[in-house]
Amino acid sequence: MQVELNVNGEQASLMLDARQTLLDALRVQLGLTGTKLGCNQGVCGACTVLIDGKPARSCLVLAAGCGGRKIVTIEGIADGAKPSAVQQAFIETGAVQCGYCTPGMILTAEALLRKRKRPGLDEIREAMSGNLCRCSGYAKIIDAVKLASERVPA
Amino acid sequence: MSAQSPANAVGQGVPRLEVREKVFGQAQYVDDMVRPRMLHGAVLGSPIPHGRIKSFDKSRALALPGVKAVIVGPELPAHHLGAFIKDETALAREKVRYIGDPVAAVAAVDLATARKALGLIDIEYEELPAVFDVDEAQKPGAPLLHENYEKYVKVYPAEFSGRNVLTISTVSEGNVDQAWAQCDVIVEGVYESPAQAHAYLETNGALAEFDAAGKVTVWSCTQSIFKMQAAISEALGLPMAKIRAIATRVGGGFGGKSEPGTQIIAVMLAQATGRPVKVILSRDEDFTMMRVRHPAKVRVKTGAKKDGTLVAREFDAVYDAGAYADESPGVVGFGVLMARGPYRVPHVKSVGRGVYTNKLRTGAFRGFGNPQTAFASEANLDDLAAKLGMDPLDLRLKNAMRPGDTWVGGQKVEACGLVECLEKLRKQSDWDKRRNSPAPAKPGKKRGIGVACLSHISGVLATSAIVRLLEDGSFSLNTGAVDIGQGSDTTLAQICAGSLRVPLERVNLVNPDTDASPYNWGTGASRVTYTVGRAVASASDSVAEQIKQRASIIFECAPADLELREGGMVGVKGVPGKVLPYGAVAGFSHFVVGGPIIGTTALMFDGPGFDPKRALLRGVPFSNLGAYVFGAQAVEIEIDEVTGKVEVIEAWSAHDVGKAINPQSVEGQIQGGVVQGIGYALTESVEWDGGRVVNPTFMDYKIPGALDVPYAIHPIIVEHPEASGPFGAKGVGEPGLIGVGPAIRNAIAHAVGVRLSVMPFSAERVWTAMRGAA
Repeated sequence: MQVELNVNGEQASLMLDARQTLLDALRVQLGLTGTKLGCNQGVCGACTVLIDGKPARSCLVLAAGCGGRKIVTIEGIADGAKPSAVQQAFIETGAVQCGYCTPGMILTAEALLRKRKRPGLDEIREAMSGNLCRCSGYAKIIDAVKLASERVPA
Repeated sequence: MSAQSPANAVGQGVPRLEVREKVFGQAQYVDDMVRPRMLHGAVLGSPIPHGRIKSFDKSRALALPGVKAVIVGPELPAHHLGAFIKDETALAREKVRYIGDPVAAVAAVDLATARKALGLIDIEYEELPAVFDVDEAQKPGAPLLHENYEKYVKVYPAEFSGRNVLTISTVSEGNVDQAWAQCDVIVEGVYESPAQAHAYLETNGALAEFDAAGKVTVWSCTQSIFKMQAAISEALGLPMAKIRAIATRVGGGFGGKSEPGTQIIAVMLAQATGRPVKVILSRDEDFTMMRVRHPAKVRVKTGAKKDGTLVAREFDAVYDAGAYADESPGVVGFGVLMARGPYRVPHVKSVGRGVYTNKLRTGAFRGFGNPQTAFASEANLDDLAAKLGMDPLDLRLKNAMRPGDTWVGGQKVEACGLVECLEKLRKQSDWDKRRNSPAPAKPGKKRGIGVACLSHISGVLATSAIVRLLEDGSFSLNTGAVDIGQGSDTTLAQICAGSLRVPLERVNLVNPDTDASPYNWGTGASRVTYTVGRAVASASDSVAEQIKQRASIIFECAPADLELREGGMVGVKGVPGKVLPYGAVAGFSHFVVGGPIIGTTALMFDGPGFDPKRALLRGVPFSNLGAYVFGAQAVEIEIDEVTGKVEVIEAWSAHDVGKAINPQSVEGQIQGGVVQGIGYALTESVEWDGGRVVNPTFMDYKIPGALDVPYAIHPIIVEHPEASGPFGAKGVGEPGLIGVGPAIRNAIAHAVGVRLSVMPFSAERVWTAMRGAA
């Protein structure tokens, strides 16, 4: 079926199988490979994207149902070559190791900071708890979100 | 190597070289790659744990539109593979030995078609009795996994005897049997640890493509491009000159990507179809086909004098190897070599055996046998402290190795910061207060603090490095070492930049590629910073000497009168104005005199070997190990009295790293290791029902999330320079995990008085033990 998707502010008209996940449409049809497949059952959060500003597991979302909604992937976060405050904080704090969970982590953090300007440590831990990381031990990811939150104008 | 490090290089927590591409979503992992006319591959695993392949019929699968090739094991050359024992083929040939054992592979136009075709391959099996337990497997008459075991090629002096036993390693020093009589207190226990899954977020995958001349390029997530090149050659009979292995970005490895994943299968499918083929495992396939950490059952007996002086240690371990040897001989050998721990114990006997069972193979995983050893030994030591009535940290301090002491086997250890690790741990964790008069726990909870020591190695085997001075005075660094996410690319570039006194931006790190890179055994054994770093420092020093030699021609002086200056300059000592930028020297060399400046170093780890006059070593596949590393771990926990659930509320992890080249990366390794250790200790265990893994998903196999671990994980970096290391550095990749399990176990004992002997310490296990103790 033909579906109009709005991804990172651009309209794309895609021919989709009704069973196709948003993750698959993003990666295979649009070549937006920054969104990762980790577990394919909505547990790990590596495939997190924003749908109308809210974090969503793109491996559990049918692409055909996303017509008319605004989708943001990791490729749509920076302002050209300038990283967002969250991306910059991830760079500085050492929050990135293998990098496979990073796109999902960054999108979850973006969604949190759009909702809450100065989240406390426990709020950050709670918000990030649906994204698994096997490398970092989380401390530096939490540091990154905290640092980014402190830089967002109140 | 210059004594002074420039800003922005050695000792600085600079951001990763590749961090921008990772936060922008531009990093290329193997599944992100697409090639023209590319096909997708899928792998069929055995449905039974043990059986003979009687016949196969591919016709239904081949008839499915879109299927381009179907391969079954008997069609492949009978070439056997294995890091230590050649007991595996790329696809099962005559027998299958575990549920998930790869038995056939398909290439098709898309992944859905490839997976559908797997179900249309008809294989007839004669099912054989299977065995899933190491004790059962060793009994007379137990099902035999490898009938031709004795005929397999083994690359080390293997010792084995007994049914399904594939390796026995023995280490003995002093005389344990006579030593017990000198002991005032003896404590003995049996400690069991689970099968932990690597659970890297990126599953195994590979993409292979042949060119018209018959050369194949293989992109994959791997810990060693050179091992992959060799394994593909060995499995398929292709000359190594026709195989090019390239590492993509790697989404975590932890040992699980040291040996082949789907590389060989991708190559055989590409060969069969004449088209590029990508083979990416699904999460449950990765869980059931690849490898996990060895479950181990370890008996430990330790004896001491009344004052706590350790006298003797006996260690007897059985490791479940699963269906194939993989890295088991190394893991078993290393596990027994770590059995004394970082203590002065004159009498030690340590034996380990690896046993085949009809389950997933077990292999390398962060710690390489040492986490099992450390759990058993450090739990036992804590029980000894209790029996002696000694503070467990005091007992460890009293017996801790110090500089100049020897490891089992006689190697002298000059750099050893263990005492400082323990002292800093004591201070920063406020040990004495938390141990003796802890703050009250939350209502309904019990609180405790525990400690464990750890030791490990960084080193082993061969490596090389090439450093080239480019025409503009910048550098190209090429080592073939794969950064699997731990940050070694940045660390190695820092070592190069620090040695040549240039800003980090002036060093280009070449992506590992067997067509371009010099040999490197692999990323493992906490060796990249130490071993590869040595090669990088040495090659950089060679470049520095050549720069001085060429500059001496221009300045008409002796090379010894020249020095490297900050920012990439060479100048005459004592004459500030007499100076040239490297670019000028490079231009002179490239176009006038001498030719391009290239520094190369190739080395084999050359530390002292074991002394046969001092210790008996049999069936151990190492002649030396590397630079020894030391650390100490403390954790504070709370236990829910109603449910038995254990929560780590704070952790301190002190590690002697020699020199932290990049402290931010070192902290990341420590914190990440501690959290992986918390998972190992509390929630992680691959479970089997008969031969079937019952929890091959992230839903059912629980790795820690952000709420399952404390934010307060304090890395404590101790720096006792290792003379042989680059800028004094040693490795820290594995150690962070090793002490966590026993420290948590010992904290539970402190909190509620139960001394657990089986990991993981699930709520059920702790609750049951608390009920028994009440």
